[in-house]
Amino acid sequence: MHTVLFFLVYLAQNKLDAYKIRILNLGAMYVTLGVSLNLIYGFTGQFSLGHAGFMGIGAYVTALLVLPAYYKEASFILEPLAWPFTVLHAPFIIALIFSGLFSALVAFIIGFPVLRLKGDYLGIATLGFAEIFRIIANNLPHITNGALGIKGIPEFTNLWWTVGVAVVAIYVIKGLISSSYGRALMAIRENEVAAEVIGINLTFHKVMSFTISAFFAGVAGGLFACLLTTIDPKAFRLVTTFNILAVVVLGGLGSITGTVIAAFLYNFFLEYLRPIEAGFNLGPIAFPPIPGLRMVTFSVLLLALILYKQRGIMGGAEFSWRWLFQFLNRIFNHKKTTEGGAS
Amino acid sequence: MEILNLDSITIKFGGLTAVKDFKLTLLPGELVGLIGPNGAGKTTVFNMITGIYAPSTNRIYFQNRDITGMKPDKIAKLGIARTFQNIRLMENLTVLDNVMIGFHLHLKSNLASAIFKFPGYVQEEENIYQKSIELLEKVGLAECKMEKAGSLPYGQQRKLEIIRALATRPKLLLLDEPAAGMNPQETKELMRFIQQIREGFDLTILLIEHDMRVVMGICERILVLNYGETIAQGNPVEIQHNPEVIKAYLGVEAQYA
Repeated sequence: MHTVLFFLVYLAQNKLDAYKIRILNLGAMYVTLGVSLNLIYGFTGQFSLGHAGFMGIGAYVTALLVLPAYYKEASFILEPLAWPFTVLHAPFIIALIFSGLFSALVAFIIGFPVLRLKGDYLGIATLGFAEIFRIIANNLPHITNGALGIKGIPEFTNLWWTVGVAVVAIYVIKGLISSSYGRALMAIRENEVAAEVIGINLTFHKVMSFTISAFFAGVAGGLFACLLTTIDPKAFRLVTTFNILAVVVLGGLGSITGTVIAAFLYNFFLEYLRPIEAGFNLGPIAFPPIPGLRMVTFSVLLLALILYKQRGIMGGAEFSWRWLFQFLNRIFNHKKTTEGGAS
Repeated sequence: MEILNLDSITIKFGGLTAVKDFKLTLLPGELVGLIGPNGAGKTTVFNMITGIYAPSTNRIYFQNRDITGMKPDKIAKLGIARTFQNIRLMENLTVLDNVMIGFHLHLKSNLASAIFKFPGYVQEEENIYQKSIELLEKVGLAECKMEKAGSLPYGQQRKLEIIRALATRPKLLLLDEPAAGMNPQETKELMRFIQQIREGFDLTILLIEHDMRVVMGICERILVLNYGETIAQGNPVEIQHNPEVIKAYLGVEAQYA
């Protein structure tokens, strides 16, 4: 399995054109983002809308750590970059780890008060956090270069990094979910009162889940910065959180396999629907070029999928050979019974 | 030495006094019943013992330790477990997972060893699995261990909730209407089961129940609550003949009937 993945990444990185590699990179990055959001929302049942905020924190930390000194001097034109960011410098991998850690630290601090809230209220509070982050980023020109954003970030991110981080994220989160701690998280999702009465410390487990989730969101933010080579506060609006949320819901809450499939599908569709905006002929009917038609089509596809499969592509199940066998068995038996009914 | 001591606790919700001057002392190994008409405050007493509510006045002692105002998970760790009147299972998780969750509070392995499956954790998980299967076998649920807990019939859900409580290794078990919704046959089995676990797990049990056959059949001592106040206590025979109790249950006219 690992060798196959290794080989695939090697092939993709070396044989595909830059455009396709970009799409795959985004897909793999969304795997990390989606799996981490699934941990807090799908498995722990805590509705968090702050993912773009954590991603943004990670993006800025990485950008400030990997940007060469002369570039920092050149691009901070509103106000010069404050010490110690002028002298701080780290290799990409260290920068990514710091992005995760810093993001996790913020999650840990806001987690204690915020995770006392439940349901929609928690969603609003975490959304508020992400907005506060964005506004702070906009108004701290000596650290973030304000609304201009940071440009000229070295393009370190390639498929090895995005896929590598996604694999680590899946490995850690799957390891957590399949452990006793993971059962505790799901118990909290299922019934908070019962979980507490059988001795599960709600605060500890919720904050733990939130912190790990934010860690990977932060690392993904670092990848994002070095993939696009330019970041500004607008990149971390609610729309970004919504995209991640759509991936998670599409794949199925509480299914890591589903998130992985949905992350790639989502990014493929967004890109490959582009041609329809240029206008096309459907038989005798000619469609004029309509900007934005791509998003309309995409939304319709999303709606159709959610109507047809309410619990997402995987419906909370995980891929395993046993699952595949049962799935094929069901299709096969279904055919047999319908045929039997006809005769 | 008493295991639980409620020192005339009172709880008020706004202007409503839900439970007033409630006194209760449980000795180790006792099986005590708590009865009373609907809304008498029985479940509120359970909620105070398990830390869901804190009493407005006076204290609760468990094994001579003041547990008033402690969080429910802390109290569970000290050794108090309960079931709920309206069953609270993790419905979308398997029957097996529901029991295994009960062992989580005594887990020794830390988070890292659980995520990366260090040998110490794998061993502990294996032990938890074995013990959970043993518990499931006691109530005949081992065969459906991979089914979703929410798909079980009502009576079996009640049993599952009891063994989930047992998994936390309690010293005191609070059962909130365990026989509700059970047929006479199931009720009989349940009574036997309660007696069994009481001896097998060295438990003290406090029980809320409306089914008088259960209460009169297995409880050594009974307390009767009405409008938040204790109106009688004693052994089953005394309770059955107590005029206050008859009045509370049947109304005043019953005396003249």
